[in-house]
Amino acid sequence: MKKLKVATASLAGCFGCHMSLLDIDERLFTLLERVELDRSPLTDLKHAGPCDLGLVEGGLCNAENVEVLRELRKSCKVLVAVGACAINGGLPAQRNHLDVRECLTSVYRTVPNDPELPLPLDQVHAIGDVVKVDYFLPGCPPSADALWQFLDDLLHGRTPHLGHGVIAYD
Amino acid sequence: MTEAPPATRRVAIDPLTRVEGHGKITLRLGADGRVQQARLHIVEFRGFERFIEGRPYWEVPVMVQRLCGICPVSHHLAASKAMDAVLGVTPTPTATAVRRLMHYGQILQSHALHFFHLASPDLLFGFDSEASRRNLQAVAAEHPELARRGVLLRRFGQEVIRITAGKRIHGTGSLPGGVNKAVTAEERDALKAALPEVLAWAKEGVALVKRLHRERWELYESFGAAPCGLLSLVGEGGRLELYDGVLRARSADGRVLFDGADPKGFRALIAEEVKPWSYMKFPYLVALGPERGSYKVGPLARLQNCDFISTPLAEAERVTFRAAHGGGLTHAPLAYHWARLIELLHAAEVIAELLERPELVGGDLLARGERTGEGVGVIEAPRGTLIHHYRVGADDLVTSCNLIVSTTHNNQAMNDAVAEVARRYLDGVEPTEPLLNHLEVAIRAFDPCLSCATHALGKMPLEVVVEDAAGAELGRASKRGG
Repeated sequence: MKKLKVATASLAGCFGCHMSLLDIDERLFTLLERVELDRSPLTDLKHAGPCDLGLVEGGLCNAENVEVLRELRKSCKVLVAVGACAINGGLPAQRNHLDVRECLTSVYRTVPNDPELPLPLDQVHAIGDVVKVDYFLPGCPPSADALWQFLDDLLHGRTPHLGHGVIAYD
Repeated sequence: MTEAPPATRRVAIDPLTRVEGHGKITLRLGADGRVQQARLHIVEFRGFERFIEGRPYWEVPVMVQRLCGICPVSHHLAASKAMDAVLGVTPTPTATAVRRLMHYGQILQSHALHFFHLASPDLLFGFDSEASRRNLQAVAAEHPELARRGVLLRRFGQEVIRITAGKRIHGTGSLPGGVNKAVTAEERDALKAALPEVLAWAKEGVALVKRLHRERWELYESFGAAPCGLLSLVGEGGRLELYDGVLRARSADGRVLFDGADPKGFRALIAEEVKPWSYMKFPYLVALGPERGSYKVGPLARLQNCDFISTPLAEAERVTFRAAHGGGLTHAPLAYHWARLIELLHAAEVIAELLERPELVGGDLLARGERTGEGVGVIEAPRGTLIHHYRVGADDLVTSCNLIVSTTHNNQAMNDAVAEVARRYLDGVEPTEPLLNHLEVAIRAFDPCLSCATHALGKMPLEVVVEDAAGAELGRASKRGG
């Protein structure tokens, strides 16, 4: 079986979705036999090459998140919004009713403004606001079983089917 | 106007990988190729504290877990402890036992994740091995048994969390005033059955890291080393204690700066600076001042700050560790790995002890108290001292929230390590990918949680330094923390 190339990224998320992926435990070794990890926080590849599948955790809170997301969309045949933050902004989007400038000023007095720091967006966005998303996998985070079922279906060329009880909307 | 700055070249490692969260390292190289500047930047800003204000207090222990998916339990418990104080509650023995078990499960899984899944490729294959090989996939291919044990150790820690918190990631088991579920006898027995293997693997983990460290002693002890102070909680008699205790700090030469300090008074002990090139602040020990007061937290700080470990296997390893360093302090970032695996072994031993406690399966879960309206919760998260501070109004809504996360304490120490490695390996030479990985190796040793660091703002007494382009100080301003 040809190995599928998989890229993953954590944007404005907490890494919990990546941790849930690792929560497939020993099944991880089966997965690693079938896929080749490309750009991912779990590898040292900093940019994505052509990939079959892209898993995106987290929403968009700054310009860099948008750049990384666009790169992934361009590189990946299938792009998946993994977890609450990628799907609708999640908890970080609670800041959307606050004024970013006021927030930053009250915390830092002089706002960090070095060119090395990406510009914060005034609102946290879902990734579907910016690119086309092929699948949405809900949960905070989606359970390891949901992630496994989803990946196992795709790897076997089946349309992913997650039955009752596998998906949680927490 | 001023003269044009000399031509410099910027080299960036962006994004940092095999660490949790978002950061990058930049180097400025002069025309002669000499390193002029090396910095670790934290590039995201989220500001959880602001939107927690106005929420009902009982939501907070669950909300704050979304700061971090690697150590959600730390935030869950620090917030619960702070809210206990808000409610004036002393938790029941069962609640305390369940929470402690949850916490040590968290220490175990997080330390296993960091070493086996993230950092081990650098140590097993070499800092300059090719980028495509430096990941868990290659470890699984070349050291399958080691990778399997790492995965199973982490699984055990995650199962402890699932049983105590209800869910492996972002659980709901702990609440203001106690817990919502004890451990059943069946759950306890299932964990006990797995313990012999877990303890054996934990011991082998320490043996492996000790061997790696000893084989390349000179390198490991000097790589990125920069002296600074230590801060951690300690328990009674100066014991290593991760769930609850008093604050102790040492200077870089091991002198005790303060001890037995009530964590509630943290704002008199530490203050912070802001720099324009990072969203992460720079804390320092007030006793030593902003210039000399930087300090480190986490396994290496804790292991050298405590006087003893209460569990026998880990204590024997601590004694070996200290003796190997002649009884003095080591400030080598790579010694973090060794210390971390000793703590992993300690966590397994503590879990074994807790599983024998009768109160763990008790039924008295929640306590009531006399409302105070304010609370500080401090815990030793896997990465170091974590502080949550809340005020709650009579209407049950949070009026102020201040989170000081572990990784922030290490900001200056990590920057010093990067600068030291840059000077040693990148001064006047062409910065190749394997050489640049050396900078990441230094950062990884601290196991930074940049996600936590960017979610939380942290309000300590604040000192702002204004610098010109060359880094010369133009002025300062300060204010008291919230």
